[in-house]
Amino acid sequence: MQNVSSNGVAIEFRDVHYAAPGGVEVLNQVDLEVKRGETLILLGRSGSGKTTTLKLINDLVSPTRGEVRVEGRTTKEWDLIRLRRGIGYVIQDAGLFPHFNVERNIALVPRLEEWPKEKISQRVGELLHLVGLEGGIAERYPRELSGGQRQRVGVARALAADPPILLMDEPFGALDPITRDELQREFLGLQHRLQKTVVFVTHDLREALLLGSRIALMENGRVVTALTPLEFRASRDPLVKRYVDAFGDGSPPDALRGTS
Amino acid sequence: MNVLQFFQQNHAEVLELTLEHLWMVVASTLLAVLVGIPLGILITRRPRWNKPVLGGANVIQTIPSLALFGFLLPVPWIGSRSERLAILALTLYALLPLIRNTYAGIKGVDPAVVEAGRGMGMTDRQLLWQVELPLALGVIIAGIRVATVISVGLATIAAAIGAGGLGEYIFRGLAMVNNQLILAGAIPAALLALLADVSLGWLERRLSPREAVRSVAS
Repeated sequence: MQNVSSNGVAIEFRDVHYAAPGGVEVLNQVDLEVKRGETLILLGRSGSGKTTTLKLINDLVSPTRGEVRVEGRTTKEWDLIRLRRGIGYVIQDAGLFPHFNVERNIALVPRLEEWPKEKISQRVGELLHLVGLEGGIAERYPRELSGGQRQRVGVARALAADPPILLMDEPFGALDPITRDELQREFLGLQHRLQKTVVFVTHDLREALLLGSRIALMENGRVVTALTPLEFRASRDPLVKRYVDAFGDGSPPDALRGTS
Repeated sequence: MNVLQFFQQNHAEVLELTLEHLWMVVASTLLAVLVGIPLGILITRRPRWNKPVLGGANVIQTIPSLALFGFLLPVPWIGSRSERLAILALTLYALLPLIRNTYAGIKGVDPAVVEAGRGMGMTDRQLLWQVELPLALGVIIAGIRVATVISVGLATIAAAIGAGGLGEYIFRGLAMVNNQLILAGAIPAALLALLADVSLGWLERRLSPREAVRSVAS
């Protein structure tokens, strides 16, 4: 995927609506821009439309109205297969192929793209190193890995063909707090080096503040606002405030401390 | 004369009928695999075809086997040789477990895995051959196993239309009220069924990716 548009916008939502096959409205006018090289967090509670918004980018879901542009072209104009192979996709529980070993899982897109064998195995080695796994793990199957290892493999698989865009759907959601913390830190380091355009779905405010260059808060199928972490914390927008208050500073909210 | 003595004296004939029986079962199961698996795949892709295909296979299953042999008798080429007719009838009966298990096997693949594949840019064909079919293989083979075992039993009835097989002894024994003769047909048939069940069961376990069951522990 080449940088077609020069205005620094990698992904653009324009007046996007989406109704599920049953007619239930999931997204109700989403307008959003994702700048090249930034990590945009889609934050919101369950059912707010975060995951659907993410899936519109690689066209796993198509808008019922409006358009989604990736690198200047609408998802309708894109050849679907080309579009998707240029976008890394990481989901919760990693979605690894259970019948492929780690190496084949990581090599998925390069194999589909028919890279030469030596180039693939060299790339797999690089990626294992990049996500902090030892080479010996390459022969193992997903069920033989810990949750954290599986997620690392999932990230390596998404990065395999060096896509400029990375979509991450609660990638660390199912991990224990310590492993999650570790992976979040590594993700920051990785993103600092690779400068991918990342769209990251989470409902965890702490994760959003830590990883995001901007946070788009979603509610009822709309993007309420998109702010930097600093702006987000300071915002007086009632919906933002409610989200920040719900998380607090890590200590229990006032209401739970008991009245004096 | 007990059954063992009967086998000793007629071992050539027993072997011949067993081979006839086996041939009908193997040929019909292979035909059913060639038709049933693609049909099973088709209805995962075209949900509109789901009801007519599964419904049709279900209806065939409800036709009593003797009646089905009768219905197929007037069909040209098929009806002219009883062996062909028997194989066709057995094939029709084997379709339902094959279509159903192929469909269930593919539909049973973890949706997250399928979506990951789709999201990474696999074409439908790549998804089918590299992900869905390998992961559904155990369930599909279970369908072949059920079809084969049913077919071993049903093939005994083929003797009623002169197609041979171990049913010969059973029908002869019934006509002559000779239990030993009935057993001479029933015992090898039961052993065939058992053999098919055990060997295909072994294959099923070998080929089901244990990894397909999402491990809960991490």
